[in-house]
Amino acid sequence: MTDLAPDTILSVRDLRTWFKTKRVTAKAVDGVTFDLKRGQTLAVVGESGSGKSVTSLSIMGLLARPGAIESGEALFRDSKGAAHDLARMGPRGFRKLRGKEIAMIFQEPMTSLNPLYTVGDQIGEMIALHNDVSRDEARKSALDMLRHVEIPDAANRLDDYPHQMSGGMRQRVMIAMALSCNPSLLIADEPTTALDVTIQAQILDLLRRLQEQFGMSILFITHNLGVVAEIAHEVVVMYAGRVVEHAPVVPLFAKQKHPYTEGLLACTPNAERDLDPAGERKALYSIPGTVPPITNLPPGCAFEPRCRYSISACTKVPPQLEPAGPERLSRCLRSAEI
Amino acid sequence: MLRAALNRLIGMLTVMAIVVTIVFIIVRVTPGDPAAVMLGPDANAADIQALRQRLGLDGSIIQQFISYIGGILRGDLGQSIFLGQPVTTALWMRAEPTFFLTIFSLSIATIIALPIGVASAYWRGSVFDQVMTAVAMFAASVPSFWLGLIFIQTFAVGLGWFPTSGYGGPYSSLGDRLYHLILPATTLGIVSSALIMRFTRASMLDVLNDDYVRTARSKGMSEWRVVVRHALKNALIPILTVVGLTAALLISGAIVTETVFALPGVGNLIVSAVLRRDYPVIQGALLIVAGLYVLVNFLIDMLYLLVDPRVRY
Repeated sequence: MTDLAPDTILSVRDLRTWFKTKRVTAKAVDGVTFDLKRGQTLAVVGESGSGKSVTSLSIMGLLARPGAIESGEALFRDSKGAAHDLARMGPRGFRKLRGKEIAMIFQEPMTSLNPLYTVGDQIGEMIALHNDVSRDEARKSALDMLRHVEIPDAANRLDDYPHQMSGGMRQRVMIAMALSCNPSLLIADEPTTALDVTIQAQILDLLRRLQEQFGMSILFITHNLGVVAEIAHEVVVMYAGRVVEHAPVVPLFAKQKHPYTEGLLACTPNAERDLDPAGERKALYSIPGTVPPITNLPPGCAFEPRCRYSISACTKVPPQLEPAGPERLSRCLRSAEI
Repeated sequence: MLRAALNRLIGMLTVMAIVVTIVFIIVRVTPGDPAAVMLGPDANAADIQALRQRLGLDGSIIQQFISYIGGILRGDLGQSIFLGQPVTTALWMRAEPTFFLTIFSLSIATIIALPIGVASAYWRGSVFDQVMTAVAMFAASVPSFWLGLIFIQTFAVGLGWFPTSGYGGPYSSLGDRLYHLILPATTLGIVSSALIMRFTRASMLDVLNDDYVRTARSKGMSEWRVVVRHALKNALIPILTVVGLTAALLISGAIVTETVFALPGVGNLIVSAVLRRDYPVIQGALLIVAGLYVLVNFLIDMLYLLVDPRVRY
């Protein structure tokens, strides 16, 4: 574990998370590798079922049965510089890291807060769990956090219950709670997906500013490439449990080295591109076919059946993740030609 | 909060008014002339007429209703025909064993059912869960009078740990009286724990998959705290309803248990009043039992308000 580079906060190496039942084994995450650097944001992008959420839950130790980490490492460096392998961490170890070192925000702000406690209680609980503070001090820190996430009239909202707040406000509360113990890593699992577009932009903007202020690294899970462009430094694209492309954000948007990434980008609605000056709408592009069931992947490249660059070699051997230019990787036989 | 409580109170009073009216009607539509039935086939017309007068059955239905309501408002439920005392006195004297029996059995049922239900849900599918499912099925299917007899045979007659029946002598201490309640309360408690147990399990299973439980785990707290503070409190909301219903069932279930254990409670009074056609007592007891039902439901509503902030507004 000494080989964790000093500027790296999280290093996921060949992580495999499988869901085994008596009949089938679903390899939801099958050999995922990436590094997240201190103070940076790494976006993990993919469709539903690509394994991006399972990756984040594996790192957090929150997998639901029958999901379990089969092999691989998830090395994490805490704020004191000590390294931990999250893939082999027991419940006790996780209890100390969760909340304090690694915090998480979730997709559904409407249901992620406990309806029976005030938001002040819920933020204060997090603070009291990891710091030796009195009730009053916890409450004061909770109020501070509400101000940090720019909730108007924070002092009066402290005693509100979640049902008295809008979705955007609740997500701000979740962020306030997640950052209340100043974690070094924030895992954000589709935090803007359930929100209106205008609220999405506000939340992303807030996360960016808080990242500058608190200096945490963010692992950002999303299916929305527009969001990626807003917030990420580096991007990992996942398909059927594997990384298919890995690149810094600017080069990735300039040129995709994997047909799936290219397809994903073409699927993103774009007002300028999709509506020509005459007011005619062009058909929105969609990748043909659907994600293959994870328990029954084709023998070759998992994306081959939907790929427009497919050649016969693609159907035979699964391609490896290989360098495809400076600082970038692609899992495609024809990445050089694309 | 206060307004919601007031609303529930008004609701409760409305239900009570309906109950009072229905009880009045039920007694009036009972076939035959109560006075004639009470005095038996050998009574002469003058005696029957005299009794009708004493019972207030000779006026018009409206007059009867008015005097009946007036009586209730004054706390007067009439005079028992066989006990030689006012119905309120008879009921009041019998209230204590029934009250304690209900409270005890409900506590026993909840104390057994909640932890087992929570553990069953937490370790769903485990051997523990499967064994407890079987136990709950058994407890739910056992008739309380049978279990009561088995308990008397085993713990009172066989082992001699508890009295076989009764409620102690007229001057026995409170401790002695409560001691007499251990077997009957355990019987009722076990039988009624099954429903609460199954319901707790189902409710916890729902809640354990909720997003806020995952959030609680992500905050780095112990599993105990996640389950009790975050999951169980939410699961309690539907469980409260079942506990309330069980309390109501216990009041009527006490009729059987009090007979088996020869407890001088309201249930026992009702049974003997029905056998002797003591109409004023039946009418009064019906009112009290119905009133207790309504009161229990009101208390459950108040607990809702305490637990769930979403219904306070």
